[in-house]
Amino acid sequence: MNTLKYQSQAVAKPYFIFALILFVGQILFGLVMGLQYVVGDFLAGAIPFNVARMVHTNLLIVWLLFGFMGAAYYMVPEESETELYSPKLAIVLFWIFAAAGVATILGYLLVPYSTLAHFTLNELWPTMGREFLEQPTITKIGIVVVCLGFLFNLGMTILKGRKTAINMVLMTGLIGLAVFFLFAFYNPTNLALDKYFWWFVVHLWVEGVWELIMGAILAYILIKVTGVDREVIEKWLYVIIAMALISGILGTGHHFYWLMTPDYWQWVGSIFSAIEPLPFFAMVLYAFNMVNRRRREHPNKAATLWALGTSVMAFLGAGVWGFLHTLAPVNYYTHGSQITAAHGHMAFYGAYAMIVMTIISYAMPKLRGIGEANCNRAQVREMWGFWLMTVAMVFITLFLTGAGVLQVWLQRLPESGEALSFMVTQDKLAIFYWLREIAGVFFLIGLISYISSFWVTEKKAS
Amino acid sequence: MSERFTKGMARNIYYGGSVFFFLIFLALTYHTTKVMPERDHRENITEAVANGKELWEENNCIGCHSLIGEGAYFAPELGNVYIRRGGEAGFKAFFNGWMKAQPLNIPGRRQMPNFHLTDKEIDDLAEFLKWTSELNTNDWPPNIEG
Repeated sequence: MNTLKYQSQAVAKPYFIFALILFVGQILFGLVMGLQYVVGDFLAGAIPFNVARMVHTNLLIVWLLFGFMGAAYYMVPEESETELYSPKLAIVLFWIFAAAGVATILGYLLVPYSTLAHFTLNELWPTMGREFLEQPTITKIGIVVVCLGFLFNLGMTILKGRKTAINMVLMTGLIGLAVFFLFAFYNPTNLALDKYFWWFVVHLWVEGVWELIMGAILAYILIKVTGVDREVIEKWLYVIIAMALISGILGTGHHFYWLMTPDYWQWVGSIFSAIEPLPFFAMVLYAFNMVNRRRREHPNKAATLWALGTSVMAFLGAGVWGFLHTLAPVNYYTHGSQITAAHGHMAFYGAYAMIVMTIISYAMPKLRGIGEANCNRAQVREMWGFWLMTVAMVFITLFLTGAGVLQVWLQRLPESGEALSFMVTQDKLAIFYWLREIAGVFFLIGLISYISSFWVTEKKAS
Repeated sequence: MSERFTKGMARNIYYGGSVFFFLIFLALTYHTTKVMPERDHRENITEAVANGKELWEENNCIGCHSLIGEGAYFAPELGNVYIRRGGEAGFKAFFNGWMKAQPLNIPGRRQMPNFHLTDKEIDDLAEFLKWTSELNTNDWPPNIEG
């Protein structure tokens, strides 16, 4: 059965499938690292922690990028009311990106990182070995090429079609993503400058332009599942992303407290990042409000659950857990502790993993020719996945927060001489790390349940 | 929200607000880079320091350690390790022995790999860590343990 409004939307399907495959990989490596936190020599020869972490974080970034691209390919033709400019280009770029991604991950796993660096001629233009930007320079160039082709394809589609607010916000977010990634190529010898501009990629992505992408996807889904007037939803979208950027741009300052920067950043960063939870709170109100005011009963209950869930979890993870340690006097003690890890996990899951699963949940039944929604049994299985993963992530965050509070208490608050060393402190945190690992196993069970829902069909009447 | 607040007004706040605050951000960034030399002592970046940074990157040290609080939280903070492990008097000797003793192979303990660095490379890395420990980080970390 053909259930797509525009046939070229079909290019989104491989992007979504590949995103979920990488997601599974991300979680498996997360479990390896979680175990290494307590059984330090577990697989230490085969997969040293730094390799596992690099794979864990890079898979996250890449699967989210695949998800965003799939989302854009799915949404833009429908929003523009025209076929995609070039479906063929979208498929070619898919294979290039997938091949480059797999080759890079295999490079991390199969050879020592320094060998990979020499093999890819890092010394010609050193960009490797910085957190989240570990990719060989050649891979980074590949990412830029893929992004340019992707933006060209979408831009040409929008130019010949309808220019909705959702389209414009999505495009602004994606162009911002590509532009700020260029700072990944700037790696001066002076660590002070390196660190300062590294945040132009990292912060201005996740607390800047990615929020535009998230907002656009959420707005699109809310229009589809609630039937509420587009004018209302788009007005709210603008209000929310205005708050996100007005707070988030100068909120970058909360990363500059302890770099080689003037201390006014402690004021600027504290004040503006204290406002950062507001857009996320507004997003919760907006999502629930629109669903309550719905004018239709959409059969895809799972997609609606994801849309509401992502707003709540983004508010908790990015908003509340971000605020927890964002004020300079607090951050002085919590900076680079397990508190940071707690916030990172829930924020990425709530805001970005969940928004990608929201659009996948909505679009996949149509892409697969099933119709408006999966059968009831499949949706129930999917919702089991939702709750298991989400509750597991809440516990992961709580346990890491417990570990972080104790770490700050033992290692950071006492004076030199009284404070416990890093490694001694880590031993004292073991119980939290074990509990986190158990919660991680539940997360994996939730993920398996979620993935398996794609194969669930209605029972045949006997 | 009242009917008088239109989508067009919301859009203008979005565009206007973003551009306005981004310009402020750029202005502050410009000022920050102007005063940074007093805080990073870039005149002390020798060839050894520069080479040390490259070694730091090419062995993915940030994958386990943090440097001035940024990085992974699996192994100790190294922004001030130079001071913590002996400083002028003892750091280089300690560091050379430490790098060569890896992996410690203590059962159950977190393992640091051996990166097979030469004495010169270990010395360059030490110079990088020494320079890093002298950066003005607004008094972070709170104590010597990092």
